[in-house]
Amino acid sequence: MRIELRDQPFSPLAELAEYQAGLEQRLPGQYGATAIFIGTMRDINEGAAVRGMTLEHYPGMTERQLQRMVETAFQDWPLLDALVMHRVGALQPNDPIVLIAVWSAHRAEAFAACRFLIEALKSKAPLWKRETLASGSRWVEHNTAAPD
Amino acid sequence: MAIHVKYFASLHDRLGRAGDELEASAGLTVAGVWAALHPDAPLPPNTLTAVNLDYAELTQVVREGDEVAFFPPVTGG
Repeated sequence: MRIELRDQPFSPLAELAEYQAGLEQRLPGQYGATAIFIGTMRDINEGAAVRGMTLEHYPGMTERQLQRMVETAFQDWPLLDALVMHRVGALQPNDPIVLIAVWSAHRAEAFAACRFLIEALKSKAPLWKRETLASGSRWVEHNTAAPD
Repeated sequence: MAIHVKYFASLHDRLGRAGDELEASAGLTVAGVWAALHPDAPLPPNTLTAVNLDYAELTQVVREGDEVAFFPPVTGG
């Protein structure tokens, strides 16, 4: 399991390839399913063009809450491993924001746990987006509710 | 007792500072910490609260040395 905040741009697919190479050594032949979520910064939000974004976090609490979410997922589903990475600091459109990957024997628990983790992160992890617009900057006030 | 208070994101901006140090009497709750520091400003609606890096209710009693945080709804992911 790895939980990490990054203050520089990162490549989710490169991180995933590297992490999974380690898994092939640690858990040979055990996982049959890998579910992945990657969140990327868009250039428009609530009708305004967004030029950039700053992600603030609460050092210590953000990591602790992500750790608790992953522990909850391991309690609720038979998972083999999980990787959670999230950006902080300055971002530009197209920059990856978040990577969540979950490994399990079968697809149902991988999908369910991955979905749980991104929704828990969006509602509980202390992270805040400030968008830079042509006219200035604004805090994003809330995340959209989890879809059905 | 000493209580360390932190503010984040838009609340930090609105208050113009990242935190406060409060010398409080025993038995103070999280809500009481806010009221002691901001007697003229009610806690903004939807503000989230934490004590020592975990979410906490407004009714939680704080202890010597606790770190109490107030922040707006989170918007990561």
